[in-house]
Amino acid sequence: MNGAPGIFVHGTGAVSPAGWGVEKLCGAWRENHPLPVQELARPGWDSKLKVRHVPPPATRPEFLAHPRLRRSTAVAQYTVAAALEAIGADAAEIRSGQLQLGVVVCVLSGGVTYSRRFYEEVLRDPSTASPLLFPETVFNSPASHLASFINSDALNYTLVGDGGAFLQGLALAADWLADERVNACVVVGAEENDWIVSDALDLFAHETVHAAGAGAIYLKTAASGAAAELGRITDAFSFTGRQNRAEAVRQMRAQLPACAPGGLFSIEQARAIFGEAFTASAAWTCVAACEAVRRGKAPSVVSVPGRHQQAIGAQFVKANDLACARRDKSAACAA
Amino acid sequence: MLFPRTQTGSRRVVVTGAGIVTALGAGWAANAAGFRAGRTAFRPVTLFDVSRQRAKIAAETDLPMRLPPSSLSPNHAKRLARASKMLLLAAHQAWTQSGWRAQDDLPVVVGTTSGEMSLGETYLRDGLAFPRARRHQPSRVTHYQAQQQGLDVCSALGFSGPITIISNACASGANAIGHASDLIRRGRSERVLAGGYDALSQLTFAGFDSLQALSAAPCRPFDAARDGLTLGEGAAVLALESADVARRRGAEILGEIIGYGAATDTHHLTQPHPEGRAALAAMNAACLCARITPEEVDYINAHGTATPQNDATEAAAINRWAGATASKMPVSSTKSSIGHLLGAAGAVEALVCLMALREQFFPPQTSLEQADAACRFQIVRQPRDGRLQVAMSNSFGFGGANATLIFRRWQ
Repeated sequence: MNGAPGIFVHGTGAVSPAGWGVEKLCGAWRENHPLPVQELARPGWDSKLKVRHVPPPATRPEFLAHPRLRRSTAVAQYTVAAALEAIGADAAEIRSGQLQLGVVVCVLSGGVTYSRRFYEEVLRDPSTASPLLFPETVFNSPASHLASFINSDALNYTLVGDGGAFLQGLALAADWLADERVNACVVVGAEENDWIVSDALDLFAHETVHAAGAGAIYLKTAASGAAAELGRITDAFSFTGRQNRAEAVRQMRAQLPACAPGGLFSIEQARAIFGEAFTASAAWTCVAACEAVRRGKAPSVVSVPGRHQQAIGAQFVKANDLACARRDKSAACAA
Repeated sequence: MLFPRTQTGSRRVVVTGAGIVTALGAGWAANAAGFRAGRTAFRPVTLFDVSRQRAKIAAETDLPMRLPPSSLSPNHAKRLARASKMLLLAAHQAWTQSGWRAQDDLPVVVGTTSGEMSLGETYLRDGLAFPRARRHQPSRVTHYQAQQQGLDVCSALGFSGPITIISNACASGANAIGHASDLIRRGRSERVLAGGYDALSQLTFAGFDSLQALSAAPCRPFDAARDGLTLGEGAAVLALESADVARRRGAEILGEIIGYGAATDTHHLTQPHPEGRAALAAMNAACLCARITPEEVDYINAHGTATPQNDATEAAAINRWAGATASKMPVSSTKSSIGHLLGAAGAVEALVCLMALREQFFPPQTSLEQADAACRFQIVRQPRDGRLQVAMSNSFGFGGANATLIFRRWQ
């Protein structure tokens, strides 16, 4: 039996109602005030739904010129933008095949706007429903577009679930890296706005504002140049007949270490500032936690009690802390 | 804890329970008999209106009137729709056969492309037609979502555990079983319940029809005159565990998973690279994992959708992968019997491989008339018994998701 290697955060990315980029996300996180709310019409209702959209980017992202992305869904575009920001300069090495990049994209609703539009077309007349829309409705189309854009033919999974799926995605990426099946891995949580999702959310959480965007974390096993290190990810405690939500959350928190004041990053805070964007909210929470570690606060504990599936948490630490602990342990073992 | 995890050396992964629901029937016996005979199960679609579609047939599954006894409340069970029921039936069969008992932490890994899409469709239809009629909408939202089907399996069988839903299009079921086998092989879990499911839905049917990917007649994989796929529905679930644990408790072992490989085709969202590079990479990776060569594979259950492009690409990949042994390689696509089950396909076809290995037969595709000249391998056309030790299953999906599983007969 041997210990897993360290897993290091080498980049973060975000597209959120605060704007495009991690800097905008972290600025809003630090200010800790709910962002302005927009209205969204839904058929058959005079009253409008409250949402937080992603504002248009300051300049049109270059990746939108790629043939695969011109007509893609908003969720695919957010996915690619957040992933590219997180990957940064390593993109060239991935494109040239020097780095084998694993891709894990986590979604709850996926390309819901195209799905709704396509089904509305089917209801009108299935014989004329658009073949351009249908492929984009498939859950893994954002992950596929990302892989195509960055020329990665390695492992590529799309996970579906509530916010906790993003942390499951981080654990999956850590496994792939530990097993040396890839040299690097980007994990993305992404969602898009549509009245049908906001309408559904309104049934369960009337005061909650639905939001859109994506968050990404880029992982490698090399410590050098890392922003943070993945300290731990708790088990995923499902909400089942045998274990209700409160019990699941209690068990998740029991596996998390205590943290210093200001060291707790909860998805509840992401929901309050940006809105409920499920996997993207969890990703933003992790991005904010990693950035806090990078800026010198350490360590950060992330708590993600998901909306209806699972409770799961994580800890990020300064890049050298665990490495030192591991070195000390091996030295002690050798002695 | 999901991270960090201690790792052990490679462990053998075996199957101790298997559940299957397809248009051929529910359970191992009905399906094994159907696949052994190459029976086909296509009929006119009755679940939704197809009068304005080009294709009008599919392999619909007849569900039993009652679900097996479970821990779900009667009210909860009443709300389950087709996909949930199929998954639950398959999971119950696998669970019962495995002899497992409820434990606190049993991972569930499931593949699907659309969860309970029919409920999503109803939600939208009612939302547009009767926006103020909200009574049934919350239940539809809850039961539409893929993770709910995983939670239902846990609750029905009385255990709790992490639920991972993989949605890699038509490779989802294979990825789910492959990922589950990885968890056991690498020592991260002793047991995993894994599989795939998908039910027919109007959106998906119309989607494939819009792409002109559906055939108006029953599909004919690898036929020179093939003109598209036929959709089906169903579920398959495997109870996977480490060989050591299974042996210790004296479990009956149905087969061994010896290899899993996956790769991504970046060529196009819906079209594979003509040379089948990613398909070849997945097959090679699975062989590397299994530590076998193509000469040791006795049968391939191909992805074989019967679309012109998929079959040409897969044929090219198998030809290259098998090399000199291609001409002797028995290959068939059991989609000719039950259609394309999308997210369930990889799991169902994995189970077909286990059936073939355990009962020593080659599943035929009796609808083949004239094999495509690109196929250098032997397509199994007639029912026949044989000696099989190792079987391979290919699954390829939209978005370039490619996965291959390899199974060995357990003796």
